Amino acid sequence: MSDPSLVLVEFAASLRRHVACGPQEVPCGSLRQVLDAALASAPAALAPYVLDDQRCVRKHVAVFINHSLVLDRQNLDQQLQPGDRVLVIQALTGG
Amino acid sequence: MQTLLVASRKGLFRVQGDDLQWQLYEPAFAGDPVSQLLCDPRSGHWYAALRLGHFGAKLHTSQDRGASWTELAAPAFPPKPDSGPLAQDPTPWNVDQVWSLAAGGADEPGVLWAGCMPAGLFKSEDGGQSWALNRPLWDEPRRMLWMGGGNDYPGMHSVLVDPRDARCIRVAISCGGVWQSRDGGQSWTLSAEGMKADYLPEGLGQDPNLQDPHRMVQCAADPDVLWVQHHCGIFRSTDGGRHWTAIAPPAPSGFGFAVACDPANPLRAWFAPAQSDSHRFPVDGKMVVTRTDDGGQSFTVLDMGLPQGPAYHLVYRHGLSLAPDGRTLALASTTGGLWISPDQGAQWHCVSRDLPPIAALAWSA
Repeated sequence: MSDPSLVLVEFAASLRRHVACGPQEVPCGSLRQVLDAALASAPAALAPYVLDDQRCVRKHVAVFINHSLVLDRQNLDQQLQPGDRVLVIQALTGG
Repeated sequence: MQTLLVASRKGLFRVQGDDLQWQLYEPAFAGDPVSQLLCDPRSGHWYAALRLGHFGAKLHTSQDRGASWTELAAPAFPPKPDSGPLAQDPTPWNVDQVWSLAAGGADEPGVLWAGCMPAGLFKSEDGGQSWALNRPLWDEPRRMLWMGGGNDYPGMHSVLVDPRDARCIRVAISCGGVWQSRDGGQSWTLSAEGMKADYLPEGLGQDPNLQDPHRMVQCAADPDVLWVQHHCGIFRSTDGGRHWTAIAPPAPSGFGFAVACDPANPLRAWFAPAQSDSHRFPVDGKMVVTRTDDGGQSFTVLDMGLPQGPAYHLVYRHGLSLAPDGRTLALASTTGGLWISPDQGAQWHCVSRDLPPIAALAWSA
C-alpha cells in the first residue's frame, strides 16, 4: 500500500474476469463508505457484481476485512482503520 | 444459412446451417450460465442474459452477430420500502434471473421488455441501457398470492407484445396466471379464465390468479390465438386470452413445459411432452414432439431422429423454437441434447447430445 492512511480494497480474479477492476486505495470510513468509494472509482458495471438490488453484499460474494469475514451483508457499518485491507471474493457455489 | 443461439448452463453457443447440415461453434461467455436470449428483429441486435452464480443477473448485447459483446445495465428492483404494505412482501426485491426478453413494437425502436424471477416486469426505452420496474403490475395486491412453480419465487417466463398494437402486452407467470395490459402497462387485467389447476384445494382450482402456465406463445398472423402449456395440460385461446379452452391431453402426455406455434397458421402448434409432474422425463424414456394442425383437435407424434430410449431429456420452457422460415424447428434439453428439424418436426437431426443443460433457444433473423 502506497499510502498508509488509506484503506486498500482488492477484488478477486473471479470478479476481474468480468470487469477490469484493479486495487483501489480509498479514505477510511465505514465499510459502506469504503466500498462505495472503491466501486465509484471502478467501471460502472462493477457495483452490481458486488451489491444486490437492495445494495446488500450479494449472497454468494464474501467480503473480508483483513482476515475477518463480514457476516452482516446489509449494514456494512464497521469502521475501517488506516492500513486495513478489504478483499472482495466469490463465495463457493454452483456446479 | 440460418443461425440459432443456444443459451446453456456453460455459455452461449451459436449453430449455423440449413436442412440437415449444422455447425456448432465455440461458446461466448464460456463457463457462465445464460438464462435467456433475444434476437431483436427490428435492429438485428442480439441480447444475452446471464445468471452468474456469484454476481447476479447480467445483460449483454452484440451488434455484430456475436463477434463482440458489450455489457448493459441489467434489470434491477428499486429499494424495497421500509414501511407500508410492501415492507412485509416476502418476495425478495432482487432480480435472480432474466427469464424472458421481448422486443417492443415495430413503432417503438429501443423498447425492450424483460420478465424476471422474481416475477417483475421491466421496460427499457433505450435498447437496454436502463430499465424500470413496471409498478402497476408489481404493486397489484393479488401478486401476494403468486407462488413459486419449481422455484423459490414466482417468475415471469413469457412476455408477448401484440403485433397489432404494441400497447397490448400479455405476460404469463409461474404461478400467477396470465395478465394483459391494453395501455402499455399502465393497468393490468387478470386473463386466465378457463384454466384449471387440479392440484389446488377444492374451489380454488379455477382461480385465474393461481394458475401455472409454463409457457405462452402467440400466433403472429392471428394474434388473438394464444397457446399455453400449463402445469395441468394444454390450453388455447381464440379471443386474445380473455378465455381459455382446455385441449384434451394428447398421447403420450399433456404434461410439459415448452410450446411453439406457427406464426402463419393459428391451428398449428408443437409441444415437448414429459410423463408427469412427478416424472419429468419422456414417457417410457422415448423422446417425442407432438404437433397439432387443427387447433388441438388431434395431434401427431413426431419421433423420427429423436432418441427412443432410454432417454431422460427434459425440454424447458424456452427449449422449443421455430425459425423465421416457419419450417425449421429446434429442440433442446436439460441433458444437453440439441436437435433441429428442417420440416416442422417430421424428421430430426441431432446437432449434439453433449452440450451443457440448455435453458433457451433463439433464432436470428
